[in-house]
Formats: sequence, structure tokens, C-alpha cells
Amino acid sequence: MSALKHDIEFTLNGVKRKLTVDVTMNALDMLRDAIGLTGTKYGCGEGECGACTIQVDGVSLNSCLMFAVDCNGRDVTTIEGLANDPRADALRDAFVEHGAVQCGFCTPGMVMQADHLLHKHGHPDEACVKRGLEGNLCRCTGYKKIVDAVVACGATE
Amino acid sequence: MTVAEKKHRIIEPDSLIGKRIAKMDAPEKASGRTRYIHDINLSGQLHGKILRSARIHALIKSIDTSAAKALPGVHIVITGADIPDQRPIGVAKDHFPLKVGRVRSERDEIAAVAAESEEIAEAALKLIKVEYEDLPVIGKPEDAIEPDAILIHPEPHGADGTHLHLKQGTSIAHKGKPDNIAMRFDYAHGDVAQGEAESDVVLEDTFKLHYVTHCCMGVSGMIAEFDASGNVLMYSNTQVPFLHKREFAEYLNIDPARIRIIQPPIGGGFGSKLDIYPFEVICLYLARAAKRPVKMLFTREEEFLASPTRQPVLLTLRSGCRKDGTLTFRQVHTLHDNGAYTSWGATTPFVMMQTFSSLYRVPHCDYHTAAVYTNNPYAGSFRGYGNLQATFAIEQHMDMLAQSIGMDPLEFRMKNAQDAGEVTGQGMSFKSCGFKECIRTAAQRSDFSHKFGENQANQKAPGTIKRGIGMASMLHVGGGAKIYPSDGCGTILKMDDFANVTLITGASEIGQGSETVLSQLVCEELGLPISAVTVVNNDTAITPWDVGVHASRTTFIAGNSAIGAAKKAKAKILAVAGKKFEIAEDYLDLRGGFVIKADSGEAVIELSKLLRNLHFQDKAELVMTTFYYEPPSVHQDKGFKGDVSAAYAWGTQVVEVEVDTETGNVKLVKVTGAHDVGRVLNRLGIEGQIEGGIVMGQGYAFTEDLMIENGHMKNPNFRDYKLVTAPEIPEMDVAFIESMDGEGPQGAKGVGEAPAICMAAAAANAIANATGIRLFELPFTPEKVYRALHGQTPKLYWKPWKAE
Repeated sequence: MSALKHDIEFTLNGVKRKLTVDVTMNALDMLRDAIGLTGTKYGCGEGECGACTIQVDGVSLNSCLMFAVDCNGRDVTTIEGLANDPRADALRDAFVEHGAVQCGFCTPGMVMQADHLLHKHGHPDEACVKRGLEGNLCRCTGYKKIVDAVVACGATE
Repeated sequence: MTVAEKKHRIIEPDSLIGKRIAKMDAPEKASGRTRYIHDINLSGQLHGKILRSARIHALIKSIDTSAAKALPGVHIVITGADIPDQRPIGVAKDHFPLKVGRVRSERDEIAAVAAESEEIAEAALKLIKVEYEDLPVIGKPEDAIEPDAILIHPEPHGADGTHLHLKQGTSIAHKGKPDNIAMRFDYAHGDVAQGEAESDVVLEDTFKLHYVTHCCMGVSGMIAEFDASGNVLMYSNTQVPFLHKREFAEYLNIDPARIRIIQPPIGGGFGSKLDIYPFEVICLYLARAAKRPVKMLFTREEEFLASPTRQPVLLTLRSGCRKDGTLTFRQVHTLHDNGAYTSWGATTPFVMMQTFSSLYRVPHCDYHTAAVYTNNPYAGSFRGYGNLQATFAIEQHMDMLAQSIGMDPLEFRMKNAQDAGEVTGQGMSFKSCGFKECIRTAAQRSDFSHKFGENQANQKAPGTIKRGIGMASMLHVGGGAKIYPSDGCGTILKMDDFANVTLITGASEIGQGSETVLSQLVCEELGLPISAVTVVNNDTAITPWDVGVHASRTTFIAGNSAIGAAKKAKAKILAVAGKKFEIAEDYLDLRGGFVIKADSGEAVIELSKLLRNLHFQDKAELVMTTFYYEPPSVHQDKGFKGDVSAAYAWGTQVVEVEVDTETGNVKLVKVTGAHDVGRVLNRLGIEGQIEGGIVMGQGYAFTEDLMIENGHMKNPNFRDYKLVTAPEIPEMDVAFIESMDGEGPQGAKGVGEAPAICMAAAAANAIANATGIRLFELPFTPEKVYRALHGQTPKLYWKPWKAE
């Protein structure tokens, strides 16, 4: 149980912070258990569902597949970090208005992935959005309203 | 605005019904702020983990927990032997939470640990030593009913927690089973022999339905805590808190009044949280022993292994019709793979027989199910509750019967479809029924008849890509289902001094949007904006009784209950206003936050002002009302006859596919749905339900497959289970038929389960239309389709179970 520990320093949602983490810990557990930001969700722990999607240096990834120590020196953004971003506000509003949220468990990961997609593609069409959200599973909505929300948000920018 | 203008202010009519109203909880969820059970931690909390069987079917010879107990950070280690008051759980009360003496499936719970952290608890599990003696495994339901089959439940369970070796004088909780039959269902109306004699065409086919599971994105979990007086607080994801409160009390041998269940937002339900599972009772045992809060969360692998499944079914259907297209009879035998224990899956015949007996007019119907024990995972309730399986068989036979008499499949269905006003052989009374309109609408919008003929003509044409179109329809309860002594729901409604409403409802929110719809219904009565409503729906210490979220009942039952409470509040408000302004209350109404004159819309007084006047006076009063709604449905009799729901929902879905005959790959191109929902209350919400259901049905038909081989689950992960992903979804065109049900809230009927039901059946019909090949076994993977196209699929046949 006494795992090897390591000191890391990184930027989390715009704020610099230091932390000592087990070398075996993944970024998801660090965010949820060590730091207490629970917006990032555990869905499978194996990189197959996308519920734990975060952005690291502007690129979306599954935090369950990333070691916490690999956050060292990086710029990490979670769903909580989008709170003061007007562009992300528009995306969240689009999710709400288009009915893209049901149980909501996949939603933070979807929003993070969609935010990345909009940064990358600007005005993605339906096919591009579907492809871009391929790694994020949703069991409630059938994806249509999620895709609609992201396409609409991209179109209004 | 001058005083005179204000006085004569006209409030224009407005309604929230049928509008696209955003879900009230969506902003929190989309911001990652919603706290699911996974996100809640109590101070002093320990983490619980369960040791599951390493064998499929075996006797437990010994369990040694000493090393686990000695591990630093471990507080409690328990086995069945440590819980002398274990009571059997489940729908048939046929298993202990912690198994004693015998394991019957891979998921079986043997021991549990509560420790300082999840990591320590997991490490402790590895230190528990169990000796087994393997027994033969029953991996197929057909084998379970062989005369020499090993018995899965031969021994009685004692009420004192003992099993196998009962002490003398022990009272028996479950007496064991002399055969492997968990449950039997036998239903009949008319005389099938007569029906068969009157038939020009008779078909008999066997259909095989596979294992799928709910795959809720939020894994199962619970937090349990006992206070200093022995009262229990549970954070639970149950869909049926009030029934479970009583059941948990029984398992803990305490007064139900001592149990309080708080339901944090749920990461998906779909029927999975309708039964009490071993982990929940074990979590309570751990918390009781540790005298600390215990939190237990599944891993995703555990979620696959230890969650209920949809019931796998082997089904032989014999049905007939006359040359003129009149259905004559249906005879159905099913073999349900119950798995090792009995949960709600065994009772899916309640729903299946309704579809066989009553979706179309069938004068003679005979239905038999045997749900048998195997060493497989046990099946629970899952959105649609047997109806996907029943519809898969029926709607394929509808096409096949039509084809054998040379009739258009659409015409054949219209000829036999139910109408409003009919009472079926099973006693179901269709007060509102938009079935024929569903068929017509879905066919028109998809250009069904034209495409059906064109595709059929193209079957033998050159080219490897074949287009197909197929249809299927469904009937499902849409006004609750009277299974329990009451099918009701309670509401407490209170208004504050500013005309805000707190709606306290027994109905649980599981992501379906019930709190928004209930708020709309209340606002409609009280003339308020949706922002005026706060919903409280998650604490048994506060909310009034409700039977739970199941049977697509919440909008209908909780909706009528909320309306009842709001109408009482409105009556009181109008009486007060009438007296104050000396206007007969019949001439008053509520609109836009005002009391108005009903005819002109002229504002009489702001509602908040009136409420304050009522409150701050000598005889101070508040507006607070209660209402309990019990639907006018009846319990079925012993022959399963009776009008069990206050309303019935109908729907037709048309599926269009492209079959690649070189690879067997089937692309789902488009789904056109027409659903009789009574009335659309929240267009955004109902579209979401239908689309989500269609894609869940798509998964059932094409991709999802929980592979169980001789009791062993081969693919407990998303990668190999294969949920549908965003790029695979079809184009969806959904129409709503508003039959305005007389009993429904604002005319609405339940729709939660409906959209998943038709997909597999319609897809099978579409593939047949494309290729001329019929598929009787799910799912339609490229391998299966390819084999069928190349004549390599042996004809399925299961010899019908003989009713005794």
C-alpha cells in the first residue's frame, strides 16, 4: 500500500498547484479523490467511455488512462475549468436547450470533448461532430440531441 | 404603467404544455456540478468491496479470512457465517446476499470487506482463501429441464441464515426447489385448437433472444450509515425507494420507520434499479458491523458481472390466419433463462403475454413460460420488460403470415390492429388507441409501401448492397400497472409568500425528466412560469409514498397526483380571491402570476400579493395541499386477466437498412417512428426519450451482446460489449399521435419504455425485405447475417414446453 510518491507541479483550470501523488495513481483519481473535483466522471477506467474526458495542453484525453505524475508541467482543464469561459457557456447552454442532457453522467465528458472539437474545427458539420464524439458513450439520449447541440453551437460562432 | 392601466392589465393565455422545455437539472449536469452517489463522501466513511466466486457452480468447503482481517486498514471482514440473521432476498427470496455453502454463478458474493480505502479493501479480498468443490455447470436453459439435470437450488434456506446444514427446529425461509423451474406462467383465452382448425395458413418458428445489459454510465453504488440509535440512512440509486425501504427493513430485521433513503441523481436506470441486489444488503451489513458509514462502488467490470441482464428467451411461436387476412390464433411457449437466482426478469411474461394476446385482435391465444435456473447471470427488469422479445417474434410472424397469403404487410396489420373501445381477451380495455394512426403515419412518412415493393423486386437484381424496409408495432402499459396493492403516488405542494411552489413528490427522477414535466403540469394549473417551481423528490423522510419508477408510469401517475395537489391549491386561492374581491370564484382563473377574470383575462391581483395577504393577517393561513392519486386500474386475476393499466401506449417504427451481402454488414439508415403518447407534454423531453429508446433498440438488434459461455462472462467491458456510438446512429423521424387519453394528465400517456421495443423486430423485417432471408436470432452481427445469406444457419427449433 505504501506506493512510491512523486511531487508534481501543474496548472489546473488556470491556477498553478503542487501536489504529491502516488506514482500508480491516474489523473482521474487525482482530480476526484486527491483534489476533490468530481465533475470528471469514472465510467469504465479503461478509456472506452469518455466520461472522464479532460483537456491537457488543449488536447482532449481520457484522464483514466493518464498517470497523475504525467500532469507535471502541463496545463490541465476539467469541466470545472470551463466555468468562466464564454465560449464554453454557449456550449453548455446549447446542451441544455437542445435536450442533450438526460441522466447527465456522460455530459461533462461530452462537453469537454465537444469543446475541444469546436476549438479544433470551428464550425464542424454533423459527420465531423459524430466522428469527434465517437469515443464518448451515452446510454440515454441516442446521441442525436448531443450532436445537434454541438453543431448548432459551432454554427453560431 | 399608470394605476388605471395596471388595474385593467390583460394577461394573455399561455401554456407550457407541448413546448420544448429544457430539463430543470440540465445546467447543473452540463457544468459537472451535479453530485451523483460517486461524488458524495461522508466523514468517517469506510470503503466496502465484495469477494465474488471464482467458480461457476461449486460447494464452498471453507473460507479463511484471517489474513484479510490482519491487514492494516481493514475494519471488518464478513462472510455468510458472520451474519446469523441473513434473510433470503430477491423476487423469489431464493438467495442470501452472502452465499453460504454453495455458489451458483460467477458473480456470487462470498465475503466482504470494509477498509480505510478502496485499495486496502481490494488487497484484503486477495488475502481471503476459499476452498471449493466444483459441481457440473448448467449453461443452457434447455439443459436445466433435462430429467437428469443437476439441481441449482436443492437445499432449503433457513430463516436463521443457515444453508445446507440446517439445525433442528430452524424455520425455513426458502424451501429449495425439487426441479430447476423458478417460475411458470400459463395464460389462455379462446380455444387454440379451434383457431388452428379455422386457419388457412399456420406457421411455427423458434426465436432466440440473447443477453444484453443496461450499461448505465454511472456504475452501481451505495452509502450506508447507522446512527447511534440504530436508525439507517442510505444514499441509494433505487428506482423504488418506498418498496425498498420496507424490504431493507425486513432484511435487517428492524422497523421500516428506522430506514431513510436519500436518492442522489442517478447515472442511468432503465429498470436496473428495480430490485434489491446483494451488494446493497452487504453494504448495510458492513456499516452495521463497522458502526461507520460504508461506501460501496462497483468497477465497470463488476457492473457487467454483477448487474441484472435483459432476460434471454427461447421462444416457439405458432400462429395462423385465414386467406382474407384475419388472425386466427397464437400459441406461444417460451423458455426463460433465469440465471442462478430470481429477479424481475422471471416475471417478464406479465408483459409478454399482453403483446401476444392483445397487440392485434387474436380470438384464440395460448401462452406458456417456464423460467428455469441455470448457472448464468440472473436476469432483471430492463426497459420494455419482455416486450422486445415478444414483439421480435410476433412482428416477424405478421410479415410472414402476410407473405404466405399474398397480402401486403401493411394491409394485413391494419386489418388486425386494435381500435379504441375494444376489450381484449385478456381484459385490457383500450379507452384511447391511436394504433392504426401510428401504422398509417409511420408508413406514409417513410414511403413504406413503395419502398417495400421496390426492395422486394431488387432482391435478385445485380449488386451487393441491398436496401430493405421493415415495420413493427408495439403495445405497452401507458397508465401505470397495478402489480402492487397500490399503484399510486403522493404529492405535497406548498406555496411561499412570493408565489413560488415547492412540489414534493414521491416520484423519483432517473434522468428521464420527470421533475420538469411534473413542474409543467403544476404551472399549467397555477398559471406560473417553470422557474417558480422547486421539486423535492429524493428523500423518503420528506416525500410521500410512490410505488416507484417502473412500467412507464411516472408522467401518468405522478403527473395526475401533482395536478390533483395543484387543483386543490388553485381552488383555495380562487376562493380567497373571490371572497376578497366579491367575484364568484367560477369567474376567476390563474394566469401569468395573477388572479384574473376568466372571460377577459383582466388581472385582479398579483398572486404573490394575494398569498401574502392571506398569510399576514389575523387568521394567518398558508396554501399547502396534499393529494394521492390511485389510477382506476385493476389487479389481474389468477388467469392474468384484467385491465391492469389505466391507459395503453401504442407505437409503430419503420426501419430502413442497407445490407452488404458480401460482408454481412447491415447499416441502419433510417428509423421512422409514430408513437401514440396521448399528448405531448414536453416536446424536447419526449423526443429525447424516443431517440434514446430507438438507439437502445438498435444496440439490442445489431451490436450489443453479453457473451456467456457455460456460465462465464467473456466480455465484461465496453470494448467487447459494443454499445452503439455516435457515428452509427440512424436518421430519425419521429411523429407523435395525440389520442388525448381521458384519464391521462393533460391527455398524456407513459412512453418511457415504448421506443426500444420495436427496433429488433422491424430490423429483422427490413433485412428480410432486402435479402429474402429471415433471421430468428439476435443480434444481427455481420457474422450472423453473412452465415444466413450463405445458407449456413441451421433452422432453430426448440420443442415447445408442454403445459401440465
